[in-house]
Amino acid sequence: MKILVCISNVPDTTSKINFTEGDTQFDTNGVQFVINPNDEFGLTRAMWFKEKQGATVHVVNVGGAQTEPTIRKALAIGADEAIRVNAEPKDGFFVAQQLAEVVKNGEYDLIIAGRESIDYNGGMVPGILATLLDMNFVNTCIGLEIDGDTATATREIDGGKEKISTSLPLVIGGQKGLVEESDLRIPNMRGIMMARKKALNVVEPVEAAQPTQDQKFEKPAAKGPVKLVDAGNVGELVELLHNEAKVI
Amino acid sequence: MSVLVYTESLKGKFKKNAFEAASYAHKVAQDLGTTVTAVSFNAEDDASLGTYGVSKVLRVSDGSLATFNAKAYAEVLAEAAKAEGAKVIILSSSADSKFLAPILTAKLTAGYVPNVVAAPESTSPFVVKRTAFSNKGFAMTEISSDVKIIGVSSNAFGVAENNISASVEDFGPSLSDKAFAVKSVEVDRVVGKATIADADIVVSGGRGLKGPENWGMVEELADVLGAATACSKPVSDMGWRPHSEHVGQTGKPVASNLYIAIGISGAIQHLAGINASKVKVVINNDPEAPFFKAADYGIVGDAFEVVPELIEKLKEFKAQNT
Repeated sequence: MKILVCISNVPDTTSKINFTEGDTQFDTNGVQFVINPNDEFGLTRAMWFKEKQGATVHVVNVGGAQTEPTIRKALAIGADEAIRVNAEPKDGFFVAQQLAEVVKNGEYDLIIAGRESIDYNGGMVPGILATLLDMNFVNTCIGLEIDGDTATATREIDGGKEKISTSLPLVIGGQKGLVEESDLRIPNMRGIMMARKKALNVVEPVEAAQPTQDQKFEKPAAKGPVKLVDAGNVGELVELLHNEAKVI
Repeated sequence: MSVLVYTESLKGKFKKNAFEAASYAHKVAQDLGTTVTAVSFNAEDDASLGTYGVSKVLRVSDGSLATFNAKAYAEVLAEAAKAEGAKVIILSSSADSKFLAPILTAKLTAGYVPNVVAAPESTSPFVVKRTAFSNKGFAMTEISSDVKIIGVSSNAFGVAENNISASVEDFGPSLSDKAFAVKSVEVDRVVGKATIADADIVVSGGRGLKGPENWGMVEELADVLGAATACSKPVSDMGWRPHSEHVGQTGKPVASNLYIAIGISGAIQHLAGINASKVKVVINNDPEAPFFKAADYGIVGDAFEVVPELIEKLKEFKAQNT
């Protein structure tokens, strides 16, 4: 089985978000970049398939040279090879078209992406990719087993979960649940050393449409101060929620 | 040239997000000088969509589509869009809509923007406001493609009544064999309880509650309020509560009218995930907890004393107000 894990290079979850150049760009100043958490759960599941079922695992990122430390981290975790498509990921459809080209050239059986990146939250790359390639697709995937060409997946739905049966080739949009938080791996020194020797192939982008464009960003409006209620007078909170906030 | 809207239903009943999506579609149709056509799947009361501004309902009655199937539903919507000449398609931000929308986007070579929180800024060029950076910011996004797909956030634009009378037509599209290549085997859905996705009120517990055995009062508070229960990331990571309850940047977003956080300090990732909630209440014994800076109302105190007291007061309030 040949697996491709698609990773985004995103600001660490603790990052404060600011904008620059007249609020048209995300301010990367002082921001630590990491593998998108939803992708990292998928990468860790791919490592399980590698170790238990002999799968080969490649990772791919669409981004400029500045994303290479994040790609190297994925190699240090245990991916065999990496590909970087040398283009800024401006729009989900654009990224999906780039990935489709990589998949066509690599003949992958299973493509694991995150359900969304935590920066632009488009949540469309895996679904568009699957459709462009006419592959099966399961989104918000929280469990995945592969047996030959048969795949059994669990999908999170609003208010529960759904068990799904399908077949390879398959694209999934993954999230926490594919593996547990405690299964995530911190690269060790040996992994980091080996990662330096692994192939990181840079390919140029193909011509592709970009149907959406972020023109301007803004931060949420500043909040007023909290209204404190004394712990000995809890009834006042009920009053405020009813009469002032009008939410009960 | 009508605006097309996907109206979700469960066991024949339209969901609240169907009415929100229809209301949004009506606003867009007004801006564009056209009308709204809805697509429904095995719903019982199609004409009720008129209340929210739908002029025409394409009703799909097909037993093979009784359970949601993203690819098949996308094929139906693509066919409906072509039949109607629709250039704008509105969906919700539910798990089902977010599963289906990218498939539809690729089929129609459309531009898709999810998490949209307000009526379009303009329709020429077509610009919408959406959340980005997991609710730590907003983006004004232009869609330049011929076909535009918009995923409306829950509890943002809201519902608007526009009472018109809706005509209902049967719609029987042809589906490809591959439409059923991803099969639903079993659906395990909580019944009779509010879910985080569509609850008006969410009650959430954190590490301050000290252990899973102390969740009884969280559930009782949720019961009194008709609320969904949720938790912080550490609580789900430690296995005190299921992952499905984890709200925050890497968990579920919450956009309820009221969010009550008990024993949650308010890490930046948690606050991002619940930022879209309208009114936030925090109960925490540490007055320095960051959540107090993000909340509208707060009580500094021991949750094990405050919460039972709050339950009592709410029961008294309910007794007086029903």
